Amino acid sequence: MQPRSFEYVRASSIEQAIGLLEEHGERAKLLAGGQSLIPIMKLRLASPEVLVDIGRIPGLSFVKEEGDVLRIGAMARHRDLEQTAVVRNRYPLLADTAHVLGDPQVRNLGTIGGSVAHADPASDWGTALLAFDTKLVATGPKGTRTLSIDDFFRDTFATALGPSEILTEIRILKAPARSGGAYTKLKRKTGDFATVAAAAQVELDGRGAIARTRIGLAAAGPTPVRARRAEQHLVGRMPDVVALAEASRLAAEGARPTADLRGSVEYKRAMVEVYTRRALEKAVERAQR
Amino acid sequence: MAMKPGGKEQGGWASARTKEIGRHRIAVTVNGRRYEREVEPRLLLVDFVRDHLRLVGTNEGCDTTHCGACTVLLDGHAVKSCTMFAVQADGSEITTIEGLAAHGRLHPLQEAFRENHGLQCGFCTPGVVLAASELLRVNPKPTEEEIRVAISGNLCRCTGYVNIVKSVSAASRAGGG
Repeated sequence: MQPRSFEYVRASSIEQAIGLLEEHGERAKLLAGGQSLIPIMKLRLASPEVLVDIGRIPGLSFVKEEGDVLRIGAMARHRDLEQTAVVRNRYPLLADTAHVLGDPQVRNLGTIGGSVAHADPASDWGTALLAFDTKLVATGPKGTRTLSIDDFFRDTFATALGPSEILTEIRILKAPARSGGAYTKLKRKTGDFATVAAAAQVELDGRGAIARTRIGLAAAGPTPVRARRAEQHLVGRMPDVVALAEASRLAAEGARPTADLRGSVEYKRAMVEVYTRRALEKAVERAQR
Repeated sequence: MAMKPGGKEQGGWASARTKEIGRHRIAVTVNGRRYEREVEPRLLLVDFVRDHLRLVGTNEGCDTTHCGACTVLLDGHAVKSCTMFAVQADGSEITTIEGLAAHGRLHPLQEAFRENHGLQCGFCTPGVVLAASELLRVNPKPTEEEIRVAISGNLCRCTGYVNIVKSVSAASRAGGG
């Protein structure tokens, strides 16, 4: 399969890439790792006339903790997040996510920024980032602005990014002591999208009750979504079997999956309950360590 | 009416598509040898390797990022060459299955696959071997689980996974990173 013809420009800086987006408008599309865009172009579901390759812009692939923030360059590869020590040790939810995303070859090329900006309802990264207090840095013609992950996903494949804006960095508020997280994903096979997936991050207080929690769900709505009623149910409660089961039930009740080859609405909703519970159990276990 | 000298079709969707798309000169090092070629931007890396460089050991299987038959190493990392444009590889080092044997001797992984009957029809083998070679480079003594994860992006339609895992494991014992 061949995509339609296009012009290709490898941008050497963010400024150059923004200039190209301004010049070409809707005719242009950004190419990061290409692991979503290239298959779509080969199927001719998208046929941009100009591809602006930002995958090799220097200085956009970092993963580092700085002060109270985990900073991730938008062009960091899934592999980088899977293997970086700080992520494995302190952000197990993110390491979980990187490990079940795509397959090893896809993880070697695909980027976290490309994945988030693509905004698939089943986006593993989109879902994982919802479980943290995540800020997204967008750089455009007028400079840089910061968006909350909660305001980022507008609709399926649609984000709050302006037409000439580029997602350049992801900032996650540092995970405090007595916190833990996990990502659990149901998929038919390696490399498939999530049938459903759940991301849970919990923070325990001094007596072991849940002080704060955020839960993200994949393939449970038009975008990655938070299970807010489940979160509200858990705050202040001890993380026992009953509380986690009720929270998972609430997550399933609020889920709005669509039927497709991966399953019916009823099946997916049932799986949201199972996978939310498993993510919560693992998150609590990690927080208690 | 005669066209004015230098007159050309004005812009617009159709003309943008029918005009000559610029070709790009790229330089890549494949299996230690440098190649410079002019390519159309939409040329996929797998077609570049097979049709332009005539290195046909890299197989094109599903053409949809699933099967891994087209796996090559890009700067040491396994990638699916059906899901990358050749222009993206400009300036990179690529290893295909033809580049694995050194000085006329099979790579330890190739030896191990031969010894352990790690292939049946052989179509998936170049991709599997290259994916495994990245694993052994970064993790010389992998567990069975780690081997299975490393080749999880490669499908063997003969379903010969038991002997594939056995072969990678044997290569690891033989120090075949």
